[in-house]
Amino acid sequence: MTFLFYFVACLTIISALFVVLNRNPVYSAVMLVLCFFSIATLYLLLEAYFVAVLEIIIYAGAIMVLFLFVIMLLDLGREAALPKLKKLDKALSLFLVVIIFLGILTLTMWAGGDLHQTLNPSSVGDIKAVGKALFTDFLLPFEVASLLLLVALIGTVYLAKRRVK
Amino acid sequence: MDFLALLIICVKVLLVFAATMLTVLLMIYAERRISAFIQGRLGPNRVGPHGLLQPIADGIKFLMKEDIIPAGVDKPIYLLAPAMLLIPALMTFAVIPFGSDITLFGRNIPLQVADVNVGILYILALTSIGVYGLVLAGWASNSKYPLIGGLRSSAQLISYELTMGLAIVSIVLLSGSLRLNDIISQQQGHFLSWNVFKQPLAFLIFLIAVYAETNRLPFDLTEAEQELVGGYHTEYSSMKFAMFYMAEYANMITAAALTVTLFFGGWDLPFLNETSMGMLGVVLSVAAFILKTAFFLFLFIWVRWTFPRFRYDQLMNLGWKVMLPLALFNIFITAGYLALTI
Repeated sequence: MTFLFYFVACLTIISALFVVLNRNPVYSAVMLVLCFFSIATLYLLLEAYFVAVLEIIIYAGAIMVLFLFVIMLLDLGREAALPKLKKLDKALSLFLVVIIFLGILTLTMWAGGDLHQTLNPSSVGDIKAVGKALFTDFLLPFEVASLLLLVALIGTVYLAKRRVK
Repeated sequence: MDFLALLIICVKVLLVFAATMLTVLLMIYAERRISAFIQGRLGPNRVGPHGLLQPIADGIKFLMKEDIIPAGVDKPIYLLAPAMLLIPALMTFAVIPFGSDITLFGRNIPLQVADVNVGILYILALTSIGVYGLVLAGWASNSKYPLIGGLRSSAQLISYELTMGLAIVSIVLLSGSLRLNDIISQQQGHFLSWNVFKQPLAFLIFLIAVYAETNRLPFDLTEAEQELVGGYHTEYSSMKFAMFYMAEYANMITAAALTVTLFFGGWDLPFLNETSMGMLGVVLSVAAFILKTAFFLFLFIWVRWTFPRFRYDQLMNLGWKVMLPLALFNIFITAGYLALTI
């Protein structure tokens, strides 16, 4: 089990690195799908089957397919179409990456309390528990998220309709 | 987990794999024969008795063909795409129960490769993964017909996946579980307790969505030969083409088995209690499952050679403006009924 965890964790990090380092958007997209699969496997190792399956259905199955769709429609994947980075851009992004990484590291190592809650493993993967939490404790964030999606949808329709005129 | 349990799992995996591949061969033969009968021809009848060895001859032919990789393709993804389509197609069957429990060597062995408590979601996840094979094959071929075929397929599969999922939701509402075994046991007894009689609208929506999901006529716009030559697999040859072909039929087999499991009681024979009948019950239940699945496979072929193809805008209109509202309406009615009765 421990060996499997390290293997999948390494796979997750390597595929995530390839997403960023690849010059070709289609290859990045495929690597991101691999990354989602490894994350789903990590959930499986934690016995959170429901979350694992959701990870694949929503991220790998729906969102990434739409991403690929857009990449193909805009024909971005043919040549490495992205512009070369300037020196200043490179330095700035490296600086930001280090800052964010250190921030996350501090949070996970020394923040204590909230992040280290041990959850009841049987309740994590349970659909009833997830549904109940979504419609009681997290009702407001849930509704706000759906409102956000609705706004994005209306915006898209508006932009698409305006172009037709 | 001891050695025997591991052995049993291996045997079950091999059995399901072999049965799926054999059925793929039989389906290729059946498709050609039945289409011939529908069109007033004889079909392949020369190789072996009644032409039964024709699919094997076809397979040998595919192996002997030159494997052409066109010059302009994106090689890694071009080579990966057929596998990305075929592997999910073969994996999906793992959660479908194909018979009642069998008792061997003093052990109770369920006739199902993996009894997952989110079985239905597992199937939905794998069918949504299958899109990548089509899309990437279309893109990597670097040619206009495959690209259009790939784009069409991703749009079509996303649209109809949603409808299929919503049709399944109404079944899940009735059974109160995502395990396929629970869905089957809830349909046991009288055949009026089959979900097709409780949820006729959901059945209709599911059946139509399944035809779109497997890219079969009347929804085979991804490979519409009159306009797209061959669609996403135009640039493929030899065994890689055969892999696309096998994936299509494997998807059909799983779709038929899933229809049977969700709406026709799975392996259950009405008015019989298979679990109390020992070996005979097991044989009867497996036979019932195979017969029911065979009927839906026949329906796939029958429909293909009977109906003309939809136009692309008709397909999208049907999916988003008719099927989706109907599926939502069905969920609303089912949930309302359950809320009032419980």
